[in-house]
Amino acid sequence: MAVRTKQAPAAPPPIRIRGALRQSGIGWLFITPFVVLFAVFYLGPLLVGIGMSFTDMRSTDVSDPLAVDPVGVENYLRLMNDAAMRRAAVNTVVFVLTTLPLAVGLGLAAAVLLNSGIARLPAAFFRLGYYLPNITSIIGIAVAWKFLLEPEAGLVNRLLELVGVQGPNWLQNESTALPSIIVMTAWRSFGFNMIVLLAALQSIPRELYEAAEVDGAGRWARFRSVTVPSLRPVLLFCTVYSSVGFMQFMEEPLVMTRGGPLNSTLSASLAIFGQFGVGNYGYAGAASTVLFTVIVALAVLQLRLGRRR
Amino acid sequence: MRNGSTRRQRAVVYLGLGVGLALVAGPFLWTALSSVKPEQEIRRDPPTFWPQTWTLDNFAELFDRVDIGTAFANSTFIALVLVATNLLFCSMVGYAFAKLRFRGRNVAFALVLVQLAIPAIVLMMPQFVLIAKLGLVNTFIGIILPTVVTPLGVFMMRQFISDLPDELIDAARVDGAREFRIFFRIILPLCGPPLATLGLITFLGAWNNFLWPAVVAQSEDMYTLPVALNILNGHEATHYNLLVAGSVVVIAPILILFVFLQRFFIQGIATTGLK
Repeated sequence: MAVRTKQAPAAPPPIRIRGALRQSGIGWLFITPFVVLFAVFYLGPLLVGIGMSFTDMRSTDVSDPLAVDPVGVENYLRLMNDAAMRRAAVNTVVFVLTTLPLAVGLGLAAAVLLNSGIARLPAAFFRLGYYLPNITSIIGIAVAWKFLLEPEAGLVNRLLELVGVQGPNWLQNESTALPSIIVMTAWRSFGFNMIVLLAALQSIPRELYEAAEVDGAGRWARFRSVTVPSLRPVLLFCTVYSSVGFMQFMEEPLVMTRGGPLNSTLSASLAIFGQFGVGNYGYAGAASTVLFTVIVALAVLQLRLGRRR
Repeated sequence: MRNGSTRRQRAVVYLGLGVGLALVAGPFLWTALSSVKPEQEIRRDPPTFWPQTWTLDNFAELFDRVDIGTAFANSTFIALVLVATNLLFCSMVGYAFAKLRFRGRNVAFALVLVQLAIPAIVLMMPQFVLIAKLGLVNTFIGIILPTVVTPLGVFMMRQFISDLPDELIDAARVDGAREFRIFFRIILPLCGPPLATLGLITFLGAWNNFLWPAVVAQSEDMYTLPVALNILNGHEATHYNLLVAGSVVVIAPILILFVFLQRFFIQGIATTGLK
């Protein structure tokens, strides 16, 4: 009641209702650009995509929707028996499970070092440097790394040569191709986590550390009992945000390996992109519906687990 | 004693940070330096780190093979249009979510978060079918339309505008100012810092975006830089002199832009992540 009187100080009831209606209209008018775009380009396509996954739609059917027949869950059954798709799913899980701790761990390490009382200017310099890979085009980065990992002219094998080691053909070898992409992705993405974690570290009240020191807590004990608990919500954000992104990795293998050798770097998104490219819309729709469900389920699960503890 | 140990600790911290920076900057430096070496020198064993001969031949050959000028202009044009539409629409929508009371506001705001969570690959195909139906394949409008207002931008502007005092708006309402006037005359002028951040984020995102432009752009005159570089990578997979030059053309403008404008950006990322 108090709030409402503040809104319209001296207005009698009928006008206030009309005013509220008018404000409702204006509110919707202001958000129209978002609502229309969301309905037309996001919600609609999401539902159409799910619908497409239950049909035999192909690229040639775009101009002739009548040629599309429902096929039930056939696409989903085919998905389960598709060796390439299964390989893509396994690769994606391996990629997320290894890149995630690397990217968050390196980000935390960098943030802690930058927050350990070094001077302002060098701290800003390092922070900028670490963040740079994050803002650059993934295609540009992947091309640069392809050259870096090139077996003869590449910097990595040349440096290994100096210490007498013959480096492998990183991206053409089944056992080193995916690990190479994992290292590159961790290299590229840890800076984002660093920025977010550094801001969180700087907002931890100094008194908490002082109180822990008075209680006789050492450096490590202070890190574990003050820093980590204070960072928990932000670490949760970094984990959810990064894993949603990593679940969709695609450009890296597209540029560096085309998913090979022998599908060892084929990711879920790249496999879907490939099916889309050859015109199998219904089948690609089924695969992307599964990927979408897994990503949402994973995010919800992480948020649940993270909040409970 | 204590002084000595802190000094040693500081040295260890700087050493760790320095090694880290070398690892982060190394690939950039190596790529940039390689791009100005002649092709034979790129393949020389043992390698030269610093170029013995400086040359722009790689760039000349690159510009000869691929219409980089057009791709550069396309990328810039698309990014600038998206910056303009996002600055206007995200702040309008953010203002409504922050300060206007209307029925269905919470539901509508939940949709912003829903959109943030839908993976690009899931939307790519049906969005392409839609664009094809609208006759917008291989057009700038087709590339631009799906991101003219982005959920992250709406979210950022809402956070910022929420913190502005209500009294400002109430005073203007009592004066009888219309909502659009309030928005353009009172709110927007106060939004300088978040708009700068949003502008930079939008520019970077549009410039670096690959998947959607790669699907919509079908002829060379519509390619953006990442699309052109990916095509080059497919055709000239082992011509590293061309590839490193292409990589430099894609990455360098963003690095330069970012180094000058980074303070807007890092603050924006940090606060969006925290809230």
